[in-house]
Amino acid sequence: MSRGGHKTSPLYVFLDIAIRDDKISCLDIFRAIAYHFIKSEVYQMEKKEEKERNIFERAEEFLQVFKKGAEFTQELLKTNEQLRYRILQLEEESRSLKTNPASPDKQYEELAKQIEALKVEREEVDHRIKEIESENKDFAIRYVEVEEENNNLANLYIASYQLHSTLDFKEVLQIILEIIINLIGAEEFGIFLLDEKTHELKIMASEGIDETQVPSINMGVGTIGRVAKNGEPYFMEDMSDPSKIDWMNPMVAIPLKIKEHVIGVIVIYRLLQQKKNFTPLDHELFTLLAGHAATAIFSSKLYSESERKLSTIQGFIDLLTK
Amino acid sequence: MEEYKVLIVEDSPTMRQLIAFSLKRLKNIKIVEASDGVDGLKKLSQDAFNLIITDINMPVMDGLKLVSLIRKDAVYKTVPIFIITTEGGQEDRERAMALGANAYITKPISGPQVLEMVKNYLNIK
Repeated sequence: MSRGGHKTSPLYVFLDIAIRDDKISCLDIFRAIAYHFIKSEVYQMEKKEEKERNIFERAEEFLQVFKKGAEFTQELLKTNEQLRYRILQLEEESRSLKTNPASPDKQYEELAKQIEALKVEREEVDHRIKEIESENKDFAIRYVEVEEENNNLANLYIASYQLHSTLDFKEVLQIILEIIINLIGAEEFGIFLLDEKTHELKIMASEGIDETQVPSINMGVGTIGRVAKNGEPYFMEDMSDPSKIDWMNPMVAIPLKIKEHVIGVIVIYRLLQQKKNFTPLDHELFTLLAGHAATAIFSSKLYSESERKLSTIQGFIDLLTK
Repeated sequence: MEEYKVLIVEDSPTMRQLIAFSLKRLKNIKIVEASDGVDGLKKLSQDAFNLIITDINMPVMDGLKLVSLIRKDAVYKTVPIFIITTEGGQEDRERAMALGANAYITKPISGPQVLEMVKNYLNIK
């Protein structure tokens, strides 16, 4: 407060009046002074309170700032930790690069080498696959061949079983006819047997042909006669259906042989409509069948003759004993 | 394992044996043989068959007559019938198929071929 301010304050004005006016008592003056001091004290206290309030507010503000500072510090510490970890990683990478000094070029070269090696391996695998495929194809072809052979062996087994299942001459001839129709696939054919006395080949059984029209054939005459003489089978090269049958020149003529002794000839004049030709396996099968047929014919003939002889002898014995 | 019954009607014992021999490669198969059409009908009345194989040219009753009679029987309306014959003509084939045959095989037969056809018709793997 300025000096001029004191002169204008209510206490100064009252004291100035009291000095000049003797009607104002000392008590009033004292009261006035006391009031002034109390008022002044209250004012001072209010000021102090305000000051303290200001300090508190500032302290609050400071606390807030301090809290923010603490948070910021925490964040800084966190970032610092992350950076330290990254530094460690980089140091590790740096160390590994120092211990393994392969440059990207070298790595590229190594990868290129690996690719080349894999390419070579792939080529080898491709080559092996091709080989296996080829082997498989061979196996498939072989399988078909084996199946065919198996089929022919089954035919042969059944035919020989049937041929040797009887000793009746006529029955044997019937079985031979059946085999030639069903297994060989012939439509018109005959079985010629050699007459040992006349040395002529005579037809004994047939299928699809009129036997009365077929002449007896001398050994060495025509295809049938030559086959009987030489003992070698004959297969016509072109087996396409002949328009007219030539009794002397058939499509196929197979000798019926026991060892080297020819007992007859199987002659085929025409194959079944669906059988166009003879395969090498057919040749083999037919030749083998002819061997079995010859044995069956010979055995049954011998048996029939022995039966006949036995019956004649039995007749004589009966005559003598009765 | 299911058992399959096959009837073979054929007058030639050699052919019957040959067909049976080929089919016996299948483990679960029972084969019954008949020598002509009438014998075949008799066997059909005595048992239930999964497949019938028949020749055409047979004594007493031929294969085509047999096929037509089999197809008239409700039990055997859908049973597969194979014809195995020497008759290779197209007319014979068509006639047999029209009567109700499922397959027409001409002689001389191939055992593996017949076996494969039987396996296909009986769904045997």
